[in-house]
Order: sequence, then structure tokens, then C-alpha cells
Amino acid sequence: MVKTALKRIYTFLIFLFLYAPIIVLIVFSFNESKSRAHWTGFTFKWYVEMFKDQQIMTSLYYTVTIALAASVIATILGTIAAIGIHYMKKLPRTIMTNLTYLPVLNPDIVTGISLMLLFILVKFPRGFFSMLLAHITFNLPYVILSVMPKLKQLDNHLYDAALDLGATPGYAFRKVILPQIAPGIFTGFLLAMTMSIDDFVISFFTTGPGVSNLAITIYSMARKGVSPKINAVLSILFAGVILMLLIINNRMSRDNGRKENAV
Amino acid sequence: MKKILKALLALALAISMVLSLSGCGGEKRTQLKVYNWGDYIDQSILEEFEEKYNIDVIYDEFATNEEMYAKIKAGASDYDILIPSDYTIKRMIDEDMLHKIDMNNVPNYKYIGERFKNLAFDPNNEYSVPYMWGTVGILYNKTMVKEPVDSWKVLWDDKYSKQILMLDSLRDSIGITLKMLGYSLNTKNDNELNEAKDALIKQKPLVLAYVGDEVKDKMIGGEAALAVVWSGDAVYMKRENPDLEYVIPKEGSNIWFDSIVIPKTSQHKKEAELFINFLCEPEIAYRNADYIGYSTPHTEAMKMLPEDITSDKSAYPGEGDLVNSEVFEDLADSLVKYDRIWTEVKAQ
Amino acid sequence: MKKHLMAYPYALWILIFIIVPLALILFYSVFSIDAEGIHFTLEHFRRVFEPIYLAVFFRSIKIAAISTAICLILGYPMAMILASKNLSKKSLLVVLFVIPMWMNFLARTYAWMTLLEKNGLIATIMEFFGVELPSLLYTENTVILGMVYNFLPFMVLPIYSVLVKIDKAVLEAAEDLGATPIIVFRRVIFPLSLPGVSSGIIMVFMPALTTFVISRLLGGAHFTLIGNLIEQQFLTTMDWGFGSALSVVLMLMIMVSMGVAMRYEKENEGGGLW
Repeated sequence: MVKTALKRIYTFLIFLFLYAPIIVLIVFSFNESKSRAHWTGFTFKWYVEMFKDQQIMTSLYYTVTIALAASVIATILGTIAAIGIHYMKKLPRTIMTNLTYLPVLNPDIVTGISLMLLFILVKFPRGFFSMLLAHITFNLPYVILSVMPKLKQLDNHLYDAALDLGATPGYAFRKVILPQIAPGIFTGFLLAMTMSIDDFVISFFTTGPGVSNLAITIYSMARKGVSPKINAVLSILFAGVILMLLIINNRMSRDNGRKENAV
Repeated sequence: MKKILKALLALALAISMVLSLSGCGGEKRTQLKVYNWGDYIDQSILEEFEEKYNIDVIYDEFATNEEMYAKIKAGASDYDILIPSDYTIKRMIDEDMLHKIDMNNVPNYKYIGERFKNLAFDPNNEYSVPYMWGTVGILYNKTMVKEPVDSWKVLWDDKYSKQILMLDSLRDSIGITLKMLGYSLNTKNDNELNEAKDALIKQKPLVLAYVGDEVKDKMIGGEAALAVVWSGDAVYMKRENPDLEYVIPKEGSNIWFDSIVIPKTSQHKKEAELFINFLCEPEIAYRNADYIGYSTPHTEAMKMLPEDITSDKSAYPGEGDLVNSEVFEDLADSLVKYDRIWTEVKAQ
Repeated sequence: MKKHLMAYPYALWILIFIIVPLALILFYSVFSIDAEGIHFTLEHFRRVFEPIYLAVFFRSIKIAAISTAICLILGYPMAMILASKNLSKKSLLVVLFVIPMWMNFLARTYAWMTLLEKNGLIATIMEFFGVELPSLLYTENTVILGMVYNFLPFMVLPIYSVLVKIDKAVLEAAEDLGATPIIVFRRVIFPLSLPGVSSGIIMVFMPALTTFVISRLLGGAHFTLIGNLIEQQFLTTMDWGFGSALSVVLMLMIMVSMGVAMRYEKENEGGGLW
């Protein structure tokens, strides 16, 4: 009993820690004045201004699109790569793993500038796709780092057992290996989304005219002052994500319910 | 879960394809690519320009001069219009990165005040047209600082320990220290620079923080007694908190300019000049200055602004107030020295 | 099909997007480009080892190490709790754990300032209880707080994903053999979770080492960390040679120290650097 209570309190505290700034952010999106620290009154005006602001709306669109696309692609490529690396011999595996860490190790500015130079060197046009490629590049290590531990945890005997029982390698892979590493793929995808949704430096240097993401728009406001319009767009983004989450969760628990009933 | 992932992937790919296709739709109208600071233009002006001249404006934003410069220098993008600050413009001129503007195509240049022409970084007015300008000065809270403030030395006063906010910007902070010591803020003299370094190191324990934009909320909220700020922000802060006052110290300070330039990467010089001319139309310049809130160099726009703003010395100091003030010059190779000093100060 | 072949497309990707940019950085670090042309130089590397820059390195390593340790101490229990919930709530909680990170970093850090400053929310609340707090903002601890805040999910998630599938049968066997919960944890759970722990440490320690916004905003720019220094070189001073040299030295330092750490892990075949 005590253990459960302790667990609940601990979880609550950690989540409070994580969400405190978010709550502050959302609350101040309704603040009358531009101040981020002093409450002067309640208003919706920042939301109205936000919808009228072309820059912010376009940035929001590109942020979500690139984050989704880059995360999905990185998750697929990363999972395949992680599996491949896992089955390599010791030396190539060590080399590949170490090389994978490099983008994580480098300061954003170094990755951003070096990728920019690369694109210029090979005359790859700077724009949506160059930014997408850059995002996939820094997302991949996170996916690989998430999937690899699960692969190490794998019980190879199960795979061999499946083959012995007559499964084709493809079937055994899909039905035996994949479900076992699924939590790794899932967390890899989440981490990739996290990295992409909020990247400034690398995006700034690898994008082209007309393509901006939210982080670029917000950081470029830093000199003038970050307007509460930004609080508004972030609150909308937050609400949107929570909503999607609830919908997905709802569908999933319905599926699970059906499965249980079927059994 | 997997089904949803597949759906998301399909969606993402579809969007990417649509986007790439729309890019290949063939040239509809001419495009003008503008690169400016964040939140630094009245967006309705862009729409009006597009309608009036049938040109598409692609508008991007950057956060610092240095980041913008790095991209342009590397040849990352072919912008037509840039709005950098003074010292960056000087560097770009020296490195032959800018087109000369054909002032015949910018007749509205006549509205720019005389004292904003022939500036140190563009002495013959060939490469730039001023956009916004301002000064650097001390903002102080009258309830926390009871004595008159007229010198940079107040920022070194023990009395205000941990009540002082300095700018987290190498040139600005080293610059005002040099001014305090009586030297030029563009000096390359090692002795003078060392004195400035020692002064900054001595000051560090008194400094609450080296800040950027967050200084606004801090001073409005009474978190500190004194801060080094830009004049444009000072006007806003004074309005939000009447206890605040702005002053340009007697030793002199920095006058800054953000000006419009045309980089050599531009493919549409004529359209760029058209845009500059448009920005200098009195009505447009006024709307822009009104939205941005910084000081405009445009004489007609000034006349249209409310009296209480144009008579505010913080926003529009007279020539007499600026007697010892200087514009930043490009330090070229000496920049390394400034960088070293800054690192040493911060590493304490 | 030979499973290891699956890695070859990725190898190609690494070649283009990691090795080539790395080569560019190495190039800049050993060559100096000026009016007379390109010459080989070790001057950039020599500068890296000046005491003032070494001080910056050590301070960064210290702060990053402390932040990583705190993330591990706080994050491991959280991962255990998350891994023990029943199925649907688990994934939901994990996603909820990560979502704060999707809100812009600058905006979140500003929100922290609202909470931590002298007249900020926390101070106001404490005042209500008559408690006077020391300065919360602009100290080294504030920077550590900021780092823990931003990197905690990167520690929790990998550990969680590994803990989630620890074979219950193994745990039951340990208990049947008379192990107390503490011993079960120490001898069974923790060692099995090590691959997740090492992923977590990598995903926290490295970005913590190279971040610069946290120290600038929450530290009041009082502490120059290696990330600030490198950013300064690439942008303000335009001294790409020195900036690249700093990056290279940083990379080598990390690889060496992680290599040494990995030597002490028996279970870890090829899971990390070296």
C-alpha cells in the first residue's frame, strides 16, 4: 500500500516538474500585456493575432510536417540499420556504432554548418528537402540508440525456434523479432519527434528561402522580444497533440478490449 | 499502432510529394526573397507590396547578424534583400558581398534624414538605406537608484551589487566599457583593450546576469536596478513601468543602425530596389515604424508619429545628446582579441 | 537473408551525412585559410590547450556529469514505475512524459525564469508562507536544473523500453531462490537494464556537454561552457579553424573517456564507444 502511494507521489512530482513551465506558458498566452512574468488581465487577443500571422502559421505547418516525415523515415531506416548492426561482426559493429554517435556528440552548430557546407558542395538545393535530410540525419542515432538495447535483450532462441517450427525468415522476423523490439522502436520514434519538433540551429542552416519552422521563427524573435503569440501557438500545438493522444489511446484501448473479449 | 504509423508515413510522403510538385509548377510571378530580423516588419506591408507590384514576397527571419552572415557568406541562399546591422554591413562591403544600389531607382531615399546619411560603414551611401536606428544606454529604476545617473561608471558601483544587468553581447559590453574608460569602442589598441578586460573582470561579481531579450521583462518586473539596453526596448519598458528611465551616459555610447542592403547573390536587383523604394514611402515607413516601435530615420514618417514618441529623448535623441557616440565599425582581424577578452571574462 | 546486410544502406548514409561533414570539420581544424592560400597548421589545436580554454572544458564536463548523474538517479525509478503499469496506461504515460519537450525550448526556458526569478512565481508562493529563498536563478545549480529538465526524458525512455520486457520468469526464479527485492534489483534487474542505461547516459551526457542556450539563459551567461565557446567561434569570431579544433578535441575526449568506462562493463559487447 505504502509502495503504491510512494510510486504515485513520485510520479506526480516528476510530472509536476516537467509540466510546471508548460502550465506557465499556457497561462501567459492569455495575459493582457506582453509580459511573460506579470499578469495584467485575461484576453484571447494573442490567439487572434496568431491566426492572422502568416509567418507563424507557415512555420507551424512546416514544423509538424518535417517532424512527422523525418521521424517516421528515421524510425524505419534506423530500425533496419540497428538490426543490421546488431548482426555484424564485432569490429564493423564497433565502428558503425561509434560513427552513429557522432551527430549526438557534436554541438548543433557544428552539425548545422557542416551539413550546410555539404549541401552547397554537392549543389543540393536548400529548401524543404535539405532540411528534411538534415532532420533525418540527427534523428537516426536516437532511433538506433533506442532499438539497439532491445536487440541485445533479444532471445535468439525464439527466432531459431520459429524457424524450426517452419516459419519463413520473413514471417519469423515480423512475428517474433519485431514485437520484441517494438518498445525500442516506439521510444525511438518519440525521441526523434522530440528532436525534430524543436530544432533550431540545424534547421536554420540547412533550410532554404520560404521554409521555416517554429523554432526558427521563435528564436529570430529573441532580439525584439518573444510575443505571447508564440505562447498561443505553442498552447494550440500542445492541445492538438494531447487531443491526438487521447484519440489514439481511446482507439487502442477499444482494440485491446475487443481482443480480450475475443479471448 | 502499426496501422497508425503506416498512415502517418503515407501522409508524410504524400505531403512531401505535393510540396515538391508545387515547386515545379513553373514560374508564376517574380519572387523577391527578403531576410530580416524576427518580428521586424508590419506584415500587411508585404501583402500590399505583393498586390501593388504583382511580385511574390518570400519572407524569412534570422536571429543574429552572425548567423545570417554565415549563411550568406557560404552561399546557402540567394536572398534579394537583407537587413543587417551596421558592423555586418561594413564587413560585407569589405568582402564585396553587396550590390551597389542604384539610387535613381529609389527616389524616396530623399526622405531619409540628413544625419542618417554618409554613415561610417557606408560613407557614400552606395550600398545601404537605413531602416531603423537607435542607441545603447542605461535603463534604471528610479525607485531603486536614488542618485542621478549620467555615467557608465554607475555600473561598476558596489552599491548595486547583483542589481546590474549587462548585455550578453561581446561588442556591446566591451564597447561600453571602453567608452567608460574614455576610449573608442572600435579601438584595436592592446593596452586599451586590456584595461577594458580588467574592468569587466572587476565588474563580474556585481553583475546579476548577462542577458538578451529577457532584460525587458526583468526590468519591468523590478528584478534589477540598472541595465544596459537598446533604445527601442527602453521606450517599450518605460511605457510598461513608469518607474524606469533611460539615459545615454556623458561618455558617449553606441548608435546602431539596421539598414537594407542587396546581396550579390540576388537575381532580382530591380525588384529589390523597387521594394526598398516602397519601404521608404512616407505612409509605409510610418506604418512600419509604428508597428516595430523602434526609431525611424524617415523624416516624413517621424512627422506622422505621435508627438509624445518623437519628443521622447530616449527614442529620438537630438544631435547634441549623441556628441560622443559612435557607430560600430568592423574590427576585422582584431575581433579575435575581443573574443579572447570576452571568453576570459566569462570564464572567471 | 544475411541480416547484417540490412545495415549497408545506413552505412552509405553515414558516409555521406556523417563522415563527409566530419572530414570538413577536420579539414578546418588543421588548415588555416587566408589571403595567401591554404596551409597546414597546428596552431588551432595548440590554442585549445591554453589554460583558459581547458578551464572551460573542465567546467562543462563537470556540469554535464552532474546533470547526467542526477538524470540517472531521478530517471531510473521513474522508468521502473512506468514499466510496471498495465498496458494501455504505460504508453500513454510515456508519451505524456515526452510532450513537454515538444514545446519550444526557448519558451520553456523563459517560463522557468518566470518561476525562478526574484519576484517570480516560486518566490511569490514561498513569500506567502513566510519563507525567504536564496537566489534560485543565475547560479550553476540553475544550469544543472535546466539540463536535468531538458534531458530527463532521454534517460527515462531507453531505460523504460528495456525494463518493460524483462522476463518475469527470471524475476520469479530469483525470488524463489530466496532473493530479497533489493538483491533482485541489484543482481538481476539492474544488470539486465544496463544497455538501456548506457544509451540513456550517452543521450544525456553528450548534448549536456555541448548545449549553450541553457547556460546563456538560466546561468545568466555567467558561465561559458564549451558549447558557448564553439558557437562563438563559428559565428561571432568567424574563426572556423579554432571552432573545429575545439570540436575535434571534444569528440576525442568523449570517445576516450567512454572507452575507458566501457572497459569496466563485461556485459557490454559493442554497445558503446570502443
